[in-house]
Amino acid sequence: MKPVRRKLDTRNGRVDLSHGSGGRAMAQLIADIFHDAFDNDWLRRNDDQATLDAQEGRLVMTTDGYVVSPLFFPGGDIGSLSVHGTINDIAMAGATPKYLSASFIIEEGFALGDLKRIAQSMGDASRAAGVPIVTGDTKVVERGKADGVFISTAGVGVLPDGLSLSSDGARPGDAVLVSGSMGDHGVAIMSRRENLEFGVEILSDSAALHGLTAAMIGAAGGALRVMRDPTRGGLAAALNEIAHQSNVGFTINEELIPVKPQVAAACEFLGLDPLYVANEGKLMAICAPQATETLLNAMRAHPLGREAALIGHVVEDERNFVEMTTRFGGGRIVDWLSGEQLPRIC
Amino acid sequence: MRYVDEYRDPELAKGVAARIAAEVDAARHYRFMEFCGGHTHAISRYGVEDMLPRNVAMIHGPGCPVCVLPVGRIDDAIRLASDPRVTLCTYADLMRVPASRGASLLKARAAGADIRMVYSTLDALRIAEAEPEREVVFLAIGFETTTPPTALAIKQAKAKALRNFSVFCNHVLTPVAMRAILAGESDEATALDGIVGPAHVSTVIGARPYEFVANEYGKPVVISGFEPLDVMQSILMLVRQINEGRCAVENQYVRAVTHDGNARAQREMDDVFELQESFEWRGLGMVPHSALRLAEAFAAFDAEKRFGIHTVAAADNPACECGAILRGAKKPTDCKLFGTLCSPETPMGSCMVSSEGSCAAHYAYGRFRDRSRARMERAAS
Repeated sequence: MKPVRRKLDTRNGRVDLSHGSGGRAMAQLIADIFHDAFDNDWLRRNDDQATLDAQEGRLVMTTDGYVVSPLFFPGGDIGSLSVHGTINDIAMAGATPKYLSASFIIEEGFALGDLKRIAQSMGDASRAAGVPIVTGDTKVVERGKADGVFISTAGVGVLPDGLSLSSDGARPGDAVLVSGSMGDHGVAIMSRRENLEFGVEILSDSAALHGLTAAMIGAAGGALRVMRDPTRGGLAAALNEIAHQSNVGFTINEELIPVKPQVAAACEFLGLDPLYVANEGKLMAICAPQATETLLNAMRAHPLGREAALIGHVVEDERNFVEMTTRFGGGRIVDWLSGEQLPRIC
Repeated sequence: MRYVDEYRDPELAKGVAARIAAEVDAARHYRFMEFCGGHTHAISRYGVEDMLPRNVAMIHGPGCPVCVLPVGRIDDAIRLASDPRVTLCTYADLMRVPASRGASLLKARAAGADIRMVYSTLDALRIAEAEPEREVVFLAIGFETTTPPTALAIKQAKAKALRNFSVFCNHVLTPVAMRAILAGESDEATALDGIVGPAHVSTVIGARPYEFVANEYGKPVVISGFEPLDVMQSILMLVRQINEGRCAVENQYVRAVTHDGNARAQREMDDVFELQESFEWRGLGMVPHSALRLAEAFAAFDAEKRFGIHTVAAADNPACECGAILRGAKKPTDCKLFGTLCSPETPMGSCMVSSEGSCAAHYAYGRFRDRSRARMERAAS
């Protein structure tokens, strides 16, 4: 005699402690929400690990945590963000992302409908990117011990021989390029925060960039020295980190940095500087001077790099300053961010 | 951005810079204080100093609410927030200001105090309504710009008969501080030649309150907008007044400032607040009649009365030059701590905390000039 299996109530149901206890409720949650959304051969085996084919070349691995608030924002949600962000960390090494894992820490009382929506969004993002989520884990913690849901991911990718991109690779004379407008993601999150509505919809730029990086490597190959996705701390943080790791300085021109007018206006209103605001679908690249034109054209030919721009150059500077000519015509530094500009954006 | 980009136009800036360069008298120096932190920030962020002749120096003034709040008052706020009944609402800027014994609101929050960052006084009011079981205290700081909203919130709290909302008032007055700076000038060589007057403060109080600067101290004032072109035009207007031997209060910020200011806002302030006999300013010491407290009719909303706060003056770090920097007597780079022990990550003094503080603005935007300037000065001597 088989018991009648009730469907998971994703309309009104909530996650309770039994969903994390290792019993039938947990098995059902994993099957009906996660396997249903991520659907692939590895998950169907129901093992606690995925067995993957050994790869040619070198392996690249990354891990990442997602605690964004709010969980759903214009242009994305914590689910798609966790897939895009992890893929991008692999792609910035010049590698091809192959597999992802995802681990969920869910707060007791979290709506099953929201969990399903997040899982579906992750599944859609992973299918669209062609990078499957092959293994996962679920934990439920008591109410008040988490904030809805936290997602931890890992990603594995493959780096072909002969390619070596790293943050210590910038050389004086190199060109600095960005793939598009700065600050969209952070401002989109801010616009959904309590009591901050701007009246214009600003969408997060959350996107997987491995297609764009593949096109860039195809065009510039070894002339590409550094790639970085300027997430927390924005372009300013990325430039300062590279300046230190490569022991160089930068001169950039504010006028050449793309910023959407509505993002600029929102930043103006909030007293933020778009250069410090997070991006989740943009990259910054540094390349040897002779490859600048080729690389820029390759970026602009890709849908995620249409607004790519050359914004400045690497210079010799043992102080590692990022100096900027302002739009106004004066000079200033773009320093490290100190303190918090925006809380919990990814 | 319409109505903003126009005031940051590089071509216009070049034109104004050329006019300033053509009109300054090479045989003399021009020392102008921009009173407001908003101007300090704009000058640093847009690199305005790069566009001025060498004999025009900008001195940063004390117009940064976070910077002038004395340590003792931050200590009070931390004590308040440590009361388990209290939810302290504050502007984010104040969170990292160093208090006594290395404390700060940020550290108090990490230790369990209920401190929430808000964007306006009304946010704090909303929290008080939503959480009647909490004692919600709004930490009010700022010059005349932020005072009327605090007054309105207090009036609303009274109208709604809210019993769990109060204000820890640290509102201070601009003209009084300006007078303290001018009265304290002793050295002919470092005396100011003119003042770039506040922007937002003046929208509230108008141009009239600065007349004493011209009449009693013989110095020109030009009230200026916060955009970089506003500042450049105001500098040009100051240069012209000095060259013509005039001193008057002129208004560059005509799009927002009138002679008499905003009568409604002034009325709200007068209704709710009264003058304190004396108030401590970081850098200026005790200044008579320079700050506000809640009037008797609103005493029920005064956090100092409700929680029996008696401020104990606390000493600044003896090596910190914030005081002299706030008076315009020293530059950030004159402080031994600048950029070494004191940085935005580990601020020792208040001027390194707010983005409007002189030290923070110079550290974040301008310090690349220090070495080249030092080299030039060495070569010149």
